[in-house]
Amino acid sequence: MEVSYYPGCSIEGVAREYGESVEAVARMLGIDLKELKDWTCCGAASAHATDDMLALALPARNLETADKTGLDLVTPCAACYSRLKHADKALRAGEKIEGVSDGYRGDFSIKHLVDFIWEELGEKAILEKLKKPLRDLKAVCYYGCLITRPPRVTDAGNPDNPESMDNILQTLGAEVKNWSYKTDCCGADHALTMPEVAWKLVQKLFDMAGEAGADAIVVACPLCHSNLDTHQEEVSAQAGKRYQIPIFYFTELMGLAFGDSGAEKWFGRHFVDPRPLLRQKGLL
Amino acid sequence: MTVAETKDKIIPRPSLRKKIEDLSGQQISACFQCEKCTNGCPVTFAMDVVPHRLMHMLQLGLLGEAIRSDTIWVCASCETCTTRCPNDIDIAHVMDTLRQLARKEGIKTAQKNAPIFHSAFLSSLRRHGRVHETEMAVVYTLRSGGLGGLRRQAGTGMAMFKRGKIKLLPPRVKAGRQVKNIFKKVKR
Repeated sequence: MEVSYYPGCSIEGVAREYGESVEAVARMLGIDLKELKDWTCCGAASAHATDDMLALALPARNLETADKTGLDLVTPCAACYSRLKHADKALRAGEKIEGVSDGYRGDFSIKHLVDFIWEELGEKAILEKLKKPLRDLKAVCYYGCLITRPPRVTDAGNPDNPESMDNILQTLGAEVKNWSYKTDCCGADHALTMPEVAWKLVQKLFDMAGEAGADAIVVACPLCHSNLDTHQEEVSAQAGKRYQIPIFYFTELMGLAFGDSGAEKWFGRHFVDPRPLLRQKGLL
Repeated sequence: MTVAETKDKIIPRPSLRKKIEDLSGQQISACFQCEKCTNGCPVTFAMDVVPHRLMHMLQLGLLGEAIRSDTIWVCASCETCTTRCPNDIDIAHVMDTLRQLARKEGIKTAQKNAPIFHSAFLSSLRRHGRVHETEMAVVYTLRSGGLGGLRRQAGTGMAMFKRGKIKLLPPRVKAGRQVKNIFKKVKR
């Protein structure tokens, strides 16, 4: 199955293990990721805070490339997904966007990878590849803001309670805990600009994941991962209690359960080393 | 400052309400102060004006006060307010419009980090076609915290480098010129 692939800037940097695990899992599932030719940045939050047209034109440039291939477009980043969908909705509504010529057909869908894997491949394809069920791994799935909000843009059926990641993890054999914080905010770029605000939001997620009985949090966004994994010492210092919670990309756990040999390398890139937990559960 | 705390008598300025409605494309006058935006907002604890009160300020035409508020920079763009507004006001987008206006009017704000971040992010994107995270983070840290700030972040930087998360060279993208053209056309 061929799809256009829009990795996003973080995949080349802080989210390297996400990119590596995405590629490994796609290969095993038979998804042929065709990296979008000469893709450029979607503009993320900085473009929409600065100029409305810039916020549409930056992602739209990539949509025009995708339009020529006609293949469905997949991205592993929540912010990229949001900006691509915003531009797509505007183009479909006939808005004129700087740098985009007339004649956008939009004959392809745009999906976040976690939804794509569950909706297009689903349980059967995952079970076929499952070698090492994630038994006893207690986890909560954390989607963050932009995979589902606002539904007018994302087309999310249930913006407060998405389920694709939960379904994937359950199929992998993990003990997925229910919680009410799936789509709460991690603080996004406040991690740089107003860290004390961001850490308060992250602390809430850690406390609630703990209350739900989870040993780990599973994410589908580079910025969510960075905010939750990289800064646990700062969050702990501000909260006055010690947190050490493994944070996984959902594709890392898919790779692990599929028996991919790269998994150890991905986990080695984390700030909170998840390997002790995985060894304790007999998964490494 | 909130509307309730304003000592002076407020004289509504419908023309300024109209201005923000036109700029944002949102019918702010439809807000009936149900407070769903404020109740769902995860960062009200750090705001000086909570979202429904900001909407009320805008209805009264207190645009100058709105673009000087901390709130427009504290907002994390999580889109919860937009998703829940019963009157379909895209409140997160109104926040964007206020940020854009504050920037155009050169408003000095106590929340200086967010504008520095956006500028560092967009400069890197404009230069390379993609954001070079390392460059963006260094430029942002220097401009917001000076050399002391950079020293404080050095430990995290080294830890990220050891984990292979720091790309030293900027990305090379053939479509860089097209991105520069987009910036030129929107006159940044």
